[in-house]
Amino acid sequence: MLTIFQKEISSFFSSLVAYITIGVFLLATGLFLWVFPDTSILEYGYAGLDSLFSIVPYLFMFLIPAITMRSLAEERREGTFEILATSPLTDWQIVLGKYAGSLAIVLLALIPTIIYYITVYQLGAIPGNIDTGAVIGSYIGLFLLGAAYAAIGIFSSSLTKNQIIAFTIAVFLSFFAFSGFDSISRLLSLQSVDTYVTAAGINEHYQSISRGVLDTRDLIYFLSFIAVFLVLTKTILGGRKW
Amino acid sequence: MSISVTNLTKVYGSQKAVDAISFSAEPGTILGFLGPNGAGKSTTMKMLTCFIPQTSGEATVSGFNISSQTLEVRRNIGYLPENNPLYQDLYVKESLGFTADVHKIDNKQRRINEVIGLVGLGNEQHKKIGQLSKGYRQRVGLAQAILHDPKVLILDEPTSGLDPNQLIDIRKLIQELGKDKTVVLSTHIMQEVEAVCNNVIIINKGRIVADDSLQQLREKQGGKSLEDIFISLTN
Repeated sequence: MLTIFQKEISSFFSSLVAYITIGVFLLATGLFLWVFPDTSILEYGYAGLDSLFSIVPYLFMFLIPAITMRSLAEERREGTFEILATSPLTDWQIVLGKYAGSLAIVLLALIPTIIYYITVYQLGAIPGNIDTGAVIGSYIGLFLLGAAYAAIGIFSSSLTKNQIIAFTIAVFLSFFAFSGFDSISRLLSLQSVDTYVTAAGINEHYQSISRGVLDTRDLIYFLSFIAVFLVLTKTILGGRKW
Repeated sequence: MSISVTNLTKVYGSQKAVDAISFSAEPGTILGFLGPNGAGKSTTMKMLTCFIPQTSGEATVSGFNISSQTLEVRRNIGYLPENNPLYQDLYVKESLGFTADVHKIDNKQRRINEVIGLVGLGNEQHKKIGQLSKGYRQRVGLAQAILHDPKVLILDEPTSGLDPNQLIDIRKLIQELGKDKTVVLSTHIMQEVEAVCNNVIIINKGRIVADDSLQQLREKQGGKSLEDIFISLTN
């Protein structure tokens, strides 16, 4: 698994995917946070990173599928999957190694944004006047969110040989998992079960963690969400054997 | 017996790609696997390397069963798939390093350098695979297949698209490897079979139509050239 992980990382960096996605991510968050007046912290006037944490789920929705779309789709298109599958690796090692590689890129994209926290921390009328607990919670939430999107992305990539299709499916599934359930719960006919429908979506759990309270229920939600998609991926990969 | 196949069958939908074939090969044999396109050569190789499962029948590689001991089989086999798939954006050494890690090879740098020398990649070893010409890519594929010093080598058209000089080099290498390993190679070039193989299997529409040593095959067919034998058996 570690071998696949290392290969993924070196592949991300030698094909520029890592630089471009991390670069675009930081550029976009920078613009939203400091330049665009609608979401800018400077215009808003309060020492908080709320706009960062409400924008990143939507940025991730496009960037993470861009990172994961090639992982299995390209292996299958180029035929290198045949080499992987005939080397002494189990399907789980392949899936988990690929997943860990994409997750590492997500983490690498998130880490530099800590500089925004430090900036806001210093900018407060009284330096340090920022809800650090909520920020830490939100970062954990973002990471779990990214981890869930990455699982969706790896799964989509296992479905097809075509990277564009993998990307499109992943964006749609991520969008639906994040806010689709919220919207559906507002359907009139679902009024009686709306809390359950909302609880199936990522947003509810993301918001809950963002408040700075790490509830085991939310953690279990994310972990099982990821597990479901990785098991599906492994099943699809094993599909050649049916 | 390092490869032993009995009644191996693969059915795709209603079509029998491989129809109850049986053969065996010992160490020190280079087995030429011949047949028209679509005869079932690649399918057989994919089953032997545990990429796809057989519909029925049994096969063992180095004594390990291909359906119940797949990890052991894959550890003992070196495989060069058809069309030689490679990671285009890795460097030659990176790619070989990856293969070495997958097989958990001790003293990995030394072995990589040794294999680079063996396949003649010396001058190109610092390039990205995507920048290499076809002949050198073929060498990278071969280097990956032999890196962990497998007892059995399965090469699916290892020489397709090479120029005559490269052909000679690769054939020499295969002959060298075939001295103590079992090599199964598929090809469409009859001269190649005559140059490197000692045993020949001709397969047509999923069935074996000839399985013999090169010499005996010629004698049985009344001294015809291999090309004529191939045409008469597969038409």
